[in-house]
Amino acid sequence: MQHIVSHYQTRKRNRAFAVMTILAILIVIAFIISMNTGYIRLSPSDLLLTLIGSGTDKQSLILFEFRLPRIVISLLIGAGLAVSGCIIQGISRNALAEPGILGINAGAGLMVMLFISFYPSTSAAPVFLLPVLALIGASVTAALIFALSYKRHKGLSPTRIVLTGIAVAAGMSAAMIVLTLKLSPDKYQFVATWLAGSIWGTNWKFVLSLLPWIAILIPYVFYKARVMNVLNLGEELAKGLGAPVAKEQLKLLAAAVGLAAACVAVSGGIGFVGLIGPHLARRLVGPKHEMLLPTSALTGALLVIVADTIGRWIMQPSEIPTGIVVAVIGAPYFLYLLARSKA
Amino acid sequence: MSQHAHSLKEGNNGKPVAFRSRPWAATLILTGGVFALILGMFLSVSFGAADIHFAVVWEAIFQFNPDITQHQIIQEIRLPRLLGGAMVGASLAVAGAIMQGMTRNPLADSGLLGLNAGAGFVLALCFAFFPGLPFMYLILYSFLGAGVGAGMVYGIGSLAKGGLTPVRLVLAGAALTALLSALSEGIALYFKIGQDLAFWYAGGVAGTKWFQLEVMFPWILVALIGAMMLSRSITMLSLGEDVAKGLGQRTALVKLAGMIIVLILAGSAVAVVGAVGFVGLIVPHLTRFLVGVDYRWIIPCSAILGSLLVVFADLAARMVNPPYETPLGALIALIGVPFFLYLARKERREM
Repeated sequence: MQHIVSHYQTRKRNRAFAVMTILAILIVIAFIISMNTGYIRLSPSDLLLTLIGSGTDKQSLILFEFRLPRIVISLLIGAGLAVSGCIIQGISRNALAEPGILGINAGAGLMVMLFISFYPSTSAAPVFLLPVLALIGASVTAALIFALSYKRHKGLSPTRIVLTGIAVAAGMSAAMIVLTLKLSPDKYQFVATWLAGSIWGTNWKFVLSLLPWIAILIPYVFYKARVMNVLNLGEELAKGLGAPVAKEQLKLLAAAVGLAAACVAVSGGIGFVGLIGPHLARRLVGPKHEMLLPTSALTGALLVIVADTIGRWIMQPSEIPTGIVVAVIGAPYFLYLLARSKA
Repeated sequence: MSQHAHSLKEGNNGKPVAFRSRPWAATLILTGGVFALILGMFLSVSFGAADIHFAVVWEAIFQFNPDITQHQIIQEIRLPRLLGGAMVGASLAVAGAIMQGMTRNPLADSGLLGLNAGAGFVLALCFAFFPGLPFMYLILYSFLGAGVGAGMVYGIGSLAKGGLTPVRLVLAGAALTALLSALSEGIALYFKIGQDLAFWYAGGVAGTKWFQLEVMFPWILVALIGAMMLSRSITMLSLGEDVAKGLGQRTALVKLAGMIIVLILAGSAVAVVGAVGFVGLIVPHLTRFLVGVDYRWIIPCSAILGSLLVVFADLAARMVNPPYETPLGALIALIGVPFFLYLARKERREM
């Protein structure tokens, strides 16, 4: 019996590794294609020359100053949002949970909206101020939701967080609707584009500001994979197994908020990745978090890099917001998986 | 969570299911609610940009005289608006209650069926390619869009082996909603019609006309009666699919009937007032909190409370900043949020 079980697990693990390898290869391919996509084409040989530092000045400017930072950012936010969603789904055990439930998108959006509404000019909105504002809005909202759902002697319960999150996010969305109707058309266009999820942080400074969040929080969450497996059994069972449930939930949720808030700050509302990334991963490798978390990171990264590339390429020279493309390519594939699924 | 362990808080390990139902509370809500609704209606007809005396309201309704301006205002603007609000509130609340009961997911509402996204997408197409379509057509098309959206969710959810499980329904709904919303957003950005759509989306019963009510009313009435007839089956489903099957229920049939009812209710509502979110999400929670877990009580009480919420929110929308109107959706959220926060703190695990 023991032997059979372990054999089965080995097969499952091997399959998961195969899936991750394939995803990684796809990401590399997308990376290469993405590097020569844009208004100015770089042929593969140009790319190679530029990468080793012997391209023309113009080529290296385009590649190093515009494209590469953007590609790196799209990989980072894809991974960050998907892992964040994976944590929230795992803890709340609700298939509809995603980072937006913690009020992150609403908080960031409202902050940006307020700023744009009261900022005198439209064209010269300081690009570096927006992510900071978004981050503040997202963190404050998440903190508010935590505070409202915290009860003495009982701590935090996922159900309460989810319900509180809905309420707070709804309140903020309502405030945003009121503001929307008062904006001038060109201001509205700017905000709408931002909300639809555009990666406009095409700058190494944004990469550097995002990197620490991702580089610290994602490994931390991976390290907690086993704890998440236990939490996934449900609160009573996890408590019965002796896990300090409330404390672990709080730590993991804080990590989820940190990841999502940092990502939303540089990308606006790419909401769908956090919902669908983890589900795709779950359908590919199953529910064990040791496999599920890294696979989520990979699916998320792949989704966003492909979406961003398509968004830049399809209607040149104008761009389609990445968030829209993510939903348009991610949703049909997800629906296809859903229709084929057995469970 | 398809592969997550299902948490059957009740009904597992052989214990009998404890029904926590509070018929007294429900009866109180039904009777008190009707009185409150009548009061709200009177207030709603008299207050607004122009205040009208109660006696005049009475006359306008029972001794209508077309030569008096105030009678005209009441008959042509305020009455339809009020009745529309009451109908829409009841419809959205009941649709949400059915969705939450069928999927056992506290985050579910009728929007999940792809209704709002479908209607919004069709509207975006209309605004972009046929600007200036008459209102009548807009309503018709948005209803069609809602139907197509719901049909797609149902179809995709049912394709898989094992049919339409609640989790599949919820996921298919979320994915299709995301897809259609993204397409609408794209169209809106490209054609720069976002703000026009936002006005529609913000939801308002302001422009309700008698003919809309005439078209809507029979459908909604039939759907509400249907919901009542289905309520016992929904209670069973809300205990979990296995339990319902074990009790001999034909779950596939119940789910199909439930979805058709939700489509009629929410589809009509969306077509008339745009996407007023939140009513369908919050009212069922509030009702469950007050009357317990029996859908024979939840459904009628949801209808009453939903009507109350929309009628009073619409009254507030006119009083806040006259003569300008505040978006109805925003006010509903404003009224609903504190309630909902309170509920979330109480947290009874009763889906």
